[in-house]
Amino acid sequence: MAMREPELLEVDVWRSGGDAGGQFRTYAVPREDAQTVLDVVTWIQRKLDPTLAYRFACRVGMCGSCAMTVNGRARWTCRTHVAKVARGNRLQIAPLANLPVVRDLVVDMRAFFDKWAKAGGQFTPTASRRDDFVRVAPDTPARREVDAAIECIGCGVCYASCDIVAWNPAYLGPAALNRAWTLQNDVRDGDHPARLAAVAGDAGCHACHTQAACTERCPKQLSPTTSIAGLKRMTARAALKGEL
Amino acid sequence: MRTADWRNRDHPSYWAFLVHRVSGLTLALFLPLHFWVLGRALAGEAALDEFLRWTEQPLVKASEVALVFLLAAHLAGGLRLLLIEFVGWRRQAKQSWVAIAAGVALFCALAFALNLY
Repeated sequence: MAMREPELLEVDVWRSGGDAGGQFRTYAVPREDAQTVLDVVTWIQRKLDPTLAYRFACRVGMCGSCAMTVNGRARWTCRTHVAKVARGNRLQIAPLANLPVVRDLVVDMRAFFDKWAKAGGQFTPTASRRDDFVRVAPDTPARREVDAAIECIGCGVCYASCDIVAWNPAYLGPAALNRAWTLQNDVRDGDHPARLAAVAGDAGCHACHTQAACTERCPKQLSPTTSIAGLKRMTARAALKGEL
Repeated sequence: MRTADWRNRDHPSYWAFLVHRVSGLTLALFLPLHFWVLGRALAGEAALDEFLRWTEQPLVKASEVALVFLLAAHLAGGLRLLLIEFVGWRRQAKQSWVAIAAGVALFCALAFALNLY
């Protein structure tokens, strides 16, 4: 039986270096069934160019470390099938936008996570280990808000897709604000006023223009837009009561 | 640091944002003109009538239809935003509401055009 010639993908991959800070280099990668974009990047690094830098860990959409810009859109590459995104047989892979590039496809996520801290992303307990478990009924409105927003994996896709982040570098961004919203709805948390003050500033929830790119691109189908809108209402209510 | 390009912006919510922003700016430009025309009445009946006769031209009429479309689009877009921000719509609702807002705007513009001709 004659071997079938493998179909080839033409993949433009962003490589660091040179005067412009980097440029796209084209690689030919054999097409496979059920091939993910991360598979393609790994194949290039293992078979064609071991100097290619990229980041991944779990390969199953849990860790949030493999996000890249695929054909112009930020995506989690491990759960993105080539068949879904390739234009003809072409693929363009670049590092995430709005974050400094460390090398090739790896970006420095520090600004992204620092903003989680700035938005009061830490849980502040109000009970000790000697207290009994807090019972939070699953059907309370606050608990439902938390449920709808809690599955964030911190991949940075929303942050890289947000125009406001590009326009205002201080803007806390969709993920950090979404995190703040879950904690503001957590009845066990003891830091609600300080966190509300942290997200009410110029770089906070009111900077959002409701373009909803974050919601459009979130691989976990979350809606940071809805969370940010919730924070806007919460801060407005607090301001009217003179609490902010 | 790289920035996202137009491929990232090609989605319904962004188009809704763009239409809302552009219609808002255009209407802001139109308003002073509108007040100037009304102000012509102060200069006498004849001055206003003369201008109103000028507006009977087909091109001016056509731009009136465009103006009504922009007004309706801005209104529908504003209602959509109010509902997202104050009622808290989720993801599933958003795209169809962009379509409804666009539909309302088109309907108003066409109704105005039919009334005109």
